[in-house]
Amino acid sequence: MNAIYVMWLRQLKRYWRSRGRMVGFLGQPILFLIALGFGFGPIYKAAGGGSYIQFIAPGIIAMTALFSGMFSGMEVVWDKQFGFLKETLVAPVSRVSIMIGKTLGGATVALMQGIIVFIVCLIVGFRPINWVMIPLTLIFLFLVAFLFTALATSIASKLEDMQAFPIIMNFLIMPLFFLSGALFPLDNLPKALQIITRLNPLSYGVDAIRGTLTGQVHLGYFLDFGVMAILILIITSIGSYLFSNVEV
Amino acid sequence: MEKNIIEVEKLTKKFDSFTAVNNVSFNVKHGEIFAFLGPNGAGKTTTIRMLTTLLHPTSGKISINGFNPVVEKANTRKSFGIVFQDPSLDNELTAKENMEFHAALYHVPKELSKERINEMIRFVGLWERKDDYIKTFSGGMKRRLEIARGLIHHPKILFLDEPTLGLDPQTRNHIWNYIKELNKKEKMTVFFTTHYMEEADKFADRIAIIDEGKIIKSGTVKDIKKETKTSSVEQAFLKLTGHVIREEESSTTKERARITSKMWGGR
Repeated sequence: MNAIYVMWLRQLKRYWRSRGRMVGFLGQPILFLIALGFGFGPIYKAAGGGSYIQFIAPGIIAMTALFSGMFSGMEVVWDKQFGFLKETLVAPVSRVSIMIGKTLGGATVALMQGIIVFIVCLIVGFRPINWVMIPLTLIFLFLVAFLFTALATSIASKLEDMQAFPIIMNFLIMPLFFLSGALFPLDNLPKALQIITRLNPLSYGVDAIRGTLTGQVHLGYFLDFGVMAILILIITSIGSYLFSNVEV
Repeated sequence: MEKNIIEVEKLTKKFDSFTAVNNVSFNVKHGEIFAFLGPNGAGKTTTIRMLTTLLHPTSGKISINGFNPVVEKANTRKSFGIVFQDPSLDNELTAKENMEFHAALYHVPKELSKERINEMIRFVGLWERKDDYIKTFSGGMKRRLEIARGLIHHPKILFLDEPTLGLDPQTRNHIWNYIKELNKKEKMTVFFTTHYMEEADKFADRIAIIDEGKIIKSGTVKDIKKETKTSSVEQAFLKLTGHVIREEESSTTKERARITSKMWGGR
């Protein structure tokens, strides 16, 4: 328990101290929000979809949790490089608790980044339909953050250095984002794309976040929650196993 | 007969075709200061990594405080403390935070940990810098803090992998006297590697010399000097391992990674 707490606390301290860098990471989601939101806005409206900002804001918030979570998880590689990981790996605490503490810390950071982007969304005109639902939004946002932090931590435990990061960025993070329903509605898609979006875990997170914010839920909260909870269990278990066998 | 706290039998580690540690056997007695010497790339650190649960042996048996590090990882980890050869501090935390983090991971009770942390930071002369980030520290300061951190909790076995590398003679002496005292007072077993042969001469009870993955000599300091007909461990060491300078694995991979992480705004 103690180990989980200190690992979590460390992540938060690092986050707070590298605020500048963290603000930098917000650039991408905000660019997407503004460029796509306002750029496609008129067409989307003409096509009868309503406000596009209203539609993509939840997707962009989920994207922030995805990017930030994946990045936090990848930080394990740095800990390996800079030797700090060794210090935690020989400590008389279970590696599972180290993995969970780190993931919780990374997920908390990702959640906070998501909240910041949510506030930016409010500034550019996004309006949630029901503020009472916001706590649910935050729960789903945290699930997204946790899931992808755990995924990245698991991957990172097998990597030696950051050279693989661009590959993961292009072949994992970007496809997860673009093929998730963050940017377009999931109805009436071509069959292939429909299957892909259904297989993408982020789709369920986006769906639930959009649902709680705007009332447009496509897959259903129970399915969203179930899929993410089960994936979190599976990935955390695999990650814990991999982490237990890390050699440095 | 004194009890052995570390027992190593026919330990081997192969990386692909390269054999880093080759059929090594030795014992360390309870309460002993044991020096593990060898030229660069001889297999010292690889052996320590296997003893401390960080690396799976290819074959052979290890017993640490009665536990097998391969299967009884948790119990093994409870038995030792370690100061690594490479840096292992968190640069984004302060000196004190690094210490507190360690104390929490090692379950040092709150009151005791506060006392020890203050004591150890003073001991290595970093009191004025205790609230500064590690990234502002010099190499020597980091080294001192790592030793201080390793001594917050008092394990049964203390592994020191080239602990005094890059420190001035004053600091080295200061630290060694403290370790010697801990060893006497608390019967703490000390297993260390070093390139400063006079440290082995002065502080070790027994020595093992490893070269090219094999132990070529072991025994008490006195016996080794006698058997090699030399007057110091340094001379004995040179006589046994020769004067050729060893090649070590290149560190370019590590360097490259460091550059990449810098690119990503890392520490």
